Amino acid sequence: MSAANRARPGRLLSLLLILTIATLSWTFWPGTTQEARLGLDLRGGTQVILTPELAPGAEGTLTEDQINQTVEIIRQRVNGFGVAEAEVTVQGSGANAAIVVTVPGVNPEGITNLLKQTARLDFRAVLAAGTGIDVTTPSASPGASASPTPLPQPTELPIQAATADELFDQYLSLNCLSPGLLQGGRADDPTKYMLTCSKEGFEKFVLAPAFITGDQVADSQATLPQQGAGGWMVTLDFDSAGATKLSEASNSLSRLPSPQNRFGIVLDGLVVSAPFFSEPILGGKAQIEGSFKAEEAQQLSQVLRYGALPVTLNIAESTSISPTLGQDQLSAGLLAGAIGLGLVVLYLIIYYRALGFVAVFSLIVAAAFLWLYIVALGRTIGFTLTLAGIAGAIVAIGITADSFVVYFERIRDEIRDGKSLRVATELAWVRARRTLLAADFVSLLAAFVLYSLSVGSVRGFAFTLGLTTLIDVFVAFWFTHPLVTYFGKSKWAETGGILTGVSRKRLTSGSAILTGSDK
Amino acid sequence: MKLNEIGNRLYTGETSVDFAGKRKLWYLISVAIIAVAAFGLLGRGLTLGIEFKGGAKFNVPSTMSVEEARKIVKNAGVDTAVIIAVGNERLEIQTPPLEQTEIDSLIAKVANDFNVDPKLITTQSVGPSWGADITRQALIGLAVFLFLVILFLTIYFEVRMAVAAIVALLHDLLITIGVYAILGFEVTPATVIGVLTILGYSLYDTVVVFDKVKENTRSITAQSRLNYREGANLALNQTLIRSINTSIVALLPVAAILIVGVGILQAGTLKDLALALFVGIAAGTYSSIFIATPLLVQLKERQPEIQALSRRVHARRSNAGLEGPEAMKVSGNTAIATQVLPAGPRTQPKRFKRSKRKK
Repeated sequence: MSAANRARPGRLLSLLLILTIATLSWTFWPGTTQEARLGLDLRGGTQVILTPELAPGAEGTLTEDQINQTVEIIRQRVNGFGVAEAEVTVQGSGANAAIVVTVPGVNPEGITNLLKQTARLDFRAVLAAGTGIDVTTPSASPGASASPTPLPQPTELPIQAATADELFDQYLSLNCLSPGLLQGGRADDPTKYMLTCSKEGFEKFVLAPAFITGDQVADSQATLPQQGAGGWMVTLDFDSAGATKLSEASNSLSRLPSPQNRFGIVLDGLVVSAPFFSEPILGGKAQIEGSFKAEEAQQLSQVLRYGALPVTLNIAESTSISPTLGQDQLSAGLLAGAIGLGLVVLYLIIYYRALGFVAVFSLIVAAAFLWLYIVALGRTIGFTLTLAGIAGAIVAIGITADSFVVYFERIRDEIRDGKSLRVATELAWVRARRTLLAADFVSLLAAFVLYSLSVGSVRGFAFTLGLTTLIDVFVAFWFTHPLVTYFGKSKWAETGGILTGVSRKRLTSGSAILTGSDK
Repeated sequence: MKLNEIGNRLYTGETSVDFAGKRKLWYLISVAIIAVAAFGLLGRGLTLGIEFKGGAKFNVPSTMSVEEARKIVKNAGVDTAVIIAVGNERLEIQTPPLEQTEIDSLIAKVANDFNVDPKLITTQSVGPSWGADITRQALIGLAVFLFLVILFLTIYFEVRMAVAAIVALLHDLLITIGVYAILGFEVTPATVIGVLTILGYSLYDTVVVFDKVKENTRSITAQSRLNYREGANLALNQTLIRSINTSIVALLPVAAILIVGVGILQAGTLKDLALALFVGIAAGTYSSIFIATPLLVQLKERQPEIQALSRRVHARRSNAGLEGPEAMKVSGNTAIATQVLPAGPRTQPKRFKRSKRKK
């Protein structure tokens, strides 16, 4: 039998061994976390799904660029919100994109308003600029009794007023690094003066009303100048209204001393960049030079392009789950998994006897691999395990066991046809393999289509389904099949005791044709 | 062992259920079930969860009665809330879509009046258009998936098998959705996941059966002992035990989810998912045997070469004086003979005995 000769169970098992070692070292790489990332429904927390949309009045369609910039803005807001483990991801693309924000805690106050606010981009002249620390506290000026108590810090930025004078006192005492300040997300009025910080909190500014608004920026690109001096730069094109205002502003500002010759590019209430005018700019085309790295230049140009078409965010769904309910769901999911696995194990052993043990070992190997991958993928690509994912894995127990049933029933069919056990296991494998691959291909197809076209819990389920199907394939090929081959070669199994699950006597009893004894 | 012997007899064809021949009966049963399902769907319609129609949902740990809770919610300014007791310790309040400020004030009022920590109240709020969005996405996903599956099955098997498999799939979907409509179960994203799993599972089952049909009928036109219907029917009988086993093995974990979902959590993802799966897997097993293969046989019997085969088989049997069920029984045996032995078994029973003795 050529198929039987070709089967080299040792080789297949060593392939699995290599895969096991690789997976184990990937999952348990020193210095990395070794716990699965649990989804919102299992650990509690708040999740808000936002659907981006072009702001009213803006024309055109939403680009990937816009969405990425929106995600950056939201990330800044959420991180500034002062919560650990906040997370912002995009699901889907184009018109179907959804931004998923997950933060710990139940119904955190103000989170939805913070997320919903449309971000503005404005250009404002700098009136005052300094390091982002409080310069009025006693430690900054020892011995001075003029201000015995430090002024209270504001709770949010930017602070706006009708005149600049109202802002200077607060400007002096402002500490940009006090908690929760750098989140942006507050409505800002382009006609008012503004006190705010740079995005990173290193600098603070008092800014004049906007002289150019974001919608007047026509385009912006990051380029590397031909002459090669000074690294990357960002070019800016303005529309005609913007060009006029730019020439006016640059004309007057470029004559002033620093810092009044600077202007702040303000996105979402925080200063993204504050370059200075070196000369009047007349043609509506400007470039920002500096010692930019490629990435910084690209980020800045993305910010500037965003201004033309600001994005409105709609709250599509918000969910808050208390940690106790999450814990309950997690233990219920694990319990269901344990019961499900137990029932399948019991059935396989009762029905297939010794062969059933091979199936049970295979199931355990498959389950172990699944767990390792969930941990490793949680760390690397942010895969989170949700209740739907756990359910997917439990359902997969049945589907994985199904592939063993298909294989074992074929072995029994071959034995009924009068083949020896050793030949039967190999012939059955050749035939069951094809069925198994075809059926698993359909499952993978389902998983892939669902994953790429859906959002939310369906996606998590599809990922688990795809992962378990792949594991099913290699466990069947590299573990179950070689084990059954060894089993088929063993003397004990060939003698066909009733405990083997492949007893020839049992498999031919009651049938006149195969035994020829009922005549 | 009884089951064992049935399996052996099914494999040889001694015991044979005429799945393919009595197709009108199976079709009638399915049409009746689907008619009831359609009646439920058109009459009662599906009970959509807030994820699809928009709205807000609050889960409050409280032992208060539904009546008392309704008063409190009404006082808070929401008249049209639906309140359900989930087990003994939780209440679920469903409202139409609310603004964020309304949600915040409702949580505050409910927390105060129910005397619970607002941090323990689980809330979910879905915008009205979002549900339509995900429904549309799901339908697009379904269409893409069905197209790819037809393509794959056409390449792997043939176009008639692809059509039969898809019809069986739609049959399962209709029945599952109908059961939801009739029983008034709420349709949530978890239900959708369950239904999508059924897609995969129903096809898995059908692929397993069709693989055997394909194997049994590969060179069927080269002989004249067995027509296509009998070949396909034998394949069904031979995979019957396997189908039953795979269904049991698939249903066991689903049963576990259902037990835990209903028994411990009372509501939510696990229960919704398991219900859809339970109905769907049962329908899937039924359809791969009673719908997919009979339909395949019907489609195949329109092909000229299959019709020619049937005529040849008929002529051969008339000559031998065999008719009716006897012909069926012999043909079952003959299928084994074409697989294992070159000659008919009835005429040469000793061959089997000898070959058996030799081993």
